[in-house]
Amino acid sequence: MALAVDASRFEGVPMAPPDPILGVSEAFKADTSDLKLNLGVGAYRTEELQPAVLNVVKKAEKLMLEKGENKEYLPIEGFAAFNKATADLLLGADNPVIKQGRVATLQSLSGTGSLRLAAAFIQRYFPDAKVLISSPTWGNHKNIFNDARVPWSEYRYYDPKTVGLDFEGMIADIQAAPEGSFVLLHGCAHNPTGIDPTPEQWEKLADVIEEKKHMPFFDVAYQGFASGSLDEDASSVRLFVKRGLEVFVAQSYSKNLGLYAERIGAINVICSAPEVADRVKSQLKRLARPMYSNPPIHGAKIVANVVGDPTMFGEWKEEMEQMAGRIKNVRQKLYDSLTEKDQSGKDWSFILSQIGMFSFTGLNRPQSDNMTDKWHIYMTKDGRISLAGLNLAKCEYLADAIIDSFHNVN
Amino acid sequence: RTQRPHAGALRSPRPRPSIPPTAARGTHPRRSYGPAHPSRAAMPTANVRAAQPSADRRLSTLVRHLLPSSPRTSAATATSADSSLQPFPTMASPSVFAGIAQGPEDPILGVTVAYNKDPSPVKVNLGVGAYRTEEGKPMVLNVVRRAEQMLIQNESRVKEYLPITGLADFNKLSAKLIFGADSPAIQENRVATVQCLSGTGSLRVGGEFLARHYHERTIYIPQPTWGNHPKVFTLAGLTARSYRYYDPATRGLDFQGLLEDLSSAPSGAIVLLHACAHNPTGVDPTLEQWEQIRQLMRSKALLPFFDSAYQGFASGSLDKDAQSVRMFVADGGELLMAQSYAKNMGLYGERVGALSIVCGSADIAVKVESQLKLVIRPMYSNPPLHGASIVATILKDSAMFDEWTLELKAMADRIISMREQLFNALKIRETPGDWSHIIKQIGMFTFTGLNSDQVAFMRQEYHIYMTSDGRISMAGLSSRTVPHLADAIHAAVTKLK
Repeated sequence: MALAVDASRFEGVPMAPPDPILGVSEAFKADTSDLKLNLGVGAYRTEELQPAVLNVVKKAEKLMLEKGENKEYLPIEGFAAFNKATADLLLGADNPVIKQGRVATLQSLSGTGSLRLAAAFIQRYFPDAKVLISSPTWGNHKNIFNDARVPWSEYRYYDPKTVGLDFEGMIADIQAAPEGSFVLLHGCAHNPTGIDPTPEQWEKLADVIEEKKHMPFFDVAYQGFASGSLDEDASSVRLFVKRGLEVFVAQSYSKNLGLYAERIGAINVICSAPEVADRVKSQLKRLARPMYSNPPIHGAKIVANVVGDPTMFGEWKEEMEQMAGRIKNVRQKLYDSLTEKDQSGKDWSFILSQIGMFSFTGLNRPQSDNMTDKWHIYMTKDGRISLAGLNLAKCEYLADAIIDSFHNVN
Repeated sequence: RTQRPHAGALRSPRPRPSIPPTAARGTHPRRSYGPAHPSRAAMPTANVRAAQPSADRRLSTLVRHLLPSSPRTSAATATSADSSLQPFPTMASPSVFAGIAQGPEDPILGVTVAYNKDPSPVKVNLGVGAYRTEEGKPMVLNVVRRAEQMLIQNESRVKEYLPITGLADFNKLSAKLIFGADSPAIQENRVATVQCLSGTGSLRVGGEFLARHYHERTIYIPQPTWGNHPKVFTLAGLTARSYRYYDPATRGLDFQGLLEDLSSAPSGAIVLLHACAHNPTGVDPTLEQWEQIRQLMRSKALLPFFDSAYQGFASGSLDKDAQSVRMFVADGGELLMAQSYAKNMGLYGERVGALSIVCGSADIAVKVESQLKLVIRPMYSNPPLHGASIVATILKDSAMFDEWTLELKAMADRIISMREQLFNALKIRETPGDWSHIIKQIGMFTFTGLNSDQVAFMRQEYHIYMTSDGRISMAGLSSRTVPHLADAIHAAVTKLK
């Protein structure tokens, strides 16, 4: 038998660095210290710092088991009942754009998959356009647009001096961008900063975006998780839609329904007319088919069951309020601990004004490293901590670590 | 890297009509582009039947808002501030999607779309390759139901993100399943396996990896092949070329043509191979032919990329259906393997599969895995849990594994029986032509040899749905529907040539 060649064809493949976010959990697992705390990835933990499946999700899965439905391929665009439910949830079931059939919705692989499909669509049909992303933004955004070959540039967002929003800078950069750019906006609970525009600021943003004929492109990963209210958290998106603008929206149910591993989300494109939505949908399908053919059923059925049943929907809203509430409590305790322990007079109130799962501490790279190396606290190197991974009992320890890192490390 | 070619991509110029600068939000009349719309100047009357449904909808909406009987309207006071009173919220600029054309339905999945629309009680769907029972119903394997029950009833289960590479147990078990538990490649840790979205996802991730890290960007795919193959590889950044495979004269393998085409491929080129049950033809090389293919490929350093979507489904034996793959692994060489559990575990909609890359050494496998993660993370971050958990549960439990092999054999046997029944039915009708390929071909599909006119005829007159290349899914047949299909084929070949 003729043997194969000796040399590997993959000899020259370099070792890739670990993912900056997901790699944190890997490092955390390897740490043997009792004091360790994982504030890396944005996955909700209970007060006992355990992962949890929502009760309403368990209920839905049991119901699905009883129904005993088949596992046939979904259409390329996904589960119809899910698509309807997700658009209704995002825009409001009686939103005129839904009634008019102007929303193209495809079930996709959570937030990442939705963004990637949209990026592929932009690359094919808007080859001259670029995407404007906030500085900073979720680390994977850049990877998605890079792999999709869509050029991007940043708009100012985070102001380290105020630990708040650099609104002037944001407006100026969006204004200065070439007409017809895609502006990536976080619908609520900005990741990683936790800093959201106010309603008035959203209106101004809509003015500028409309004026420059930019395309608003929302990433909605925390609907219901930020304030505890599904409708309130969707108000930024609905504001733009109400203006009559065409809008892209990527949705994820990873956090708000705790369906992380089921990869359930949707890409929505609100178009000017129903036949436009039909055409856009047909072309999104042509991009999905050579990527994964059709999306996975399980998560979609869970969402459709929960949203479709008034009792379960009510239960979901309660559980979501509880999750959002726990995070708010933890923010308060952390703020109290910091204020009490820190003698320098530094203003820690940004902890309270930031919203959602994350807090942007303002710690720089060496300081973040100190958090890990000295205190066994795992976070991403941009200074982001996930409050979903924190409980009341650990707030004081965390406060000590932050104060130490902030003041004693440069 | 050079710009990737796009098959059939439409580059539409973005329409940027000039808009009067004074047009304020909510007052500018919306101009329309794309398919012909009735002019806005045509004011609505009570009868608003317009030629096109979309225009119809717009006008009737407009009418509802402007007729005096509607409580919500007072046309004069409709303000721009409350867009619910406008027919469509007016836009400052027309749709940027105006130049985007309607994409055609996927040729394979579109068959089911068309079938669903057909009201005929005798319709038969022989389009997409999804197994049907004798009663024509989709089926979930008993062992799958059991596994699912165990998972869902396990109170301590969580839904945390899987690692980018997927469920570790699933990956190990999948590699063992296809390569064999005693495979030297596995024992030497030379296999990098990542969970992917069924076969399609595995092919796409593999293709993207090769486009980035392999020196040859050409992939040779058999003529014909699954319709989605060229699109997957092209979008991944590779250039697809074909090698001869199917011989319409014999309705068998064009082995000489295959050898010639692979011989003339550039050294190092990638070659897509269907591990068993070739889709759409059902024509597989014999083991002796596989050995010749292997020798040729290794002598030219051609890189094998196996697509295994039917392991266990073709012959009924998991090991037998993996022989071609194992032959290549046994010579110590490298290869890629895309594995799907859609058919053999009936997990179609759960999207479960795996990509394995057999590498020259363990060190290389580690690096390769790290690079696969960089492909996956910006595509969908990490794969879905449910289907992979079901597979892992079954594969790791020997009783469940055995149960699975029995159910798998039953499915394969039913398909073989359908082949025999169809062949006999055509014989009885004395349908002209040699139909022995029906029983010689392997797996879920039969490449009938019917031409597109005949296919269209069968759809129109007999409500039989298949892809236009004449491929029928035997899994969609039953004893009850075989006679109807035989009648249709008979009519098609006698009336149309």
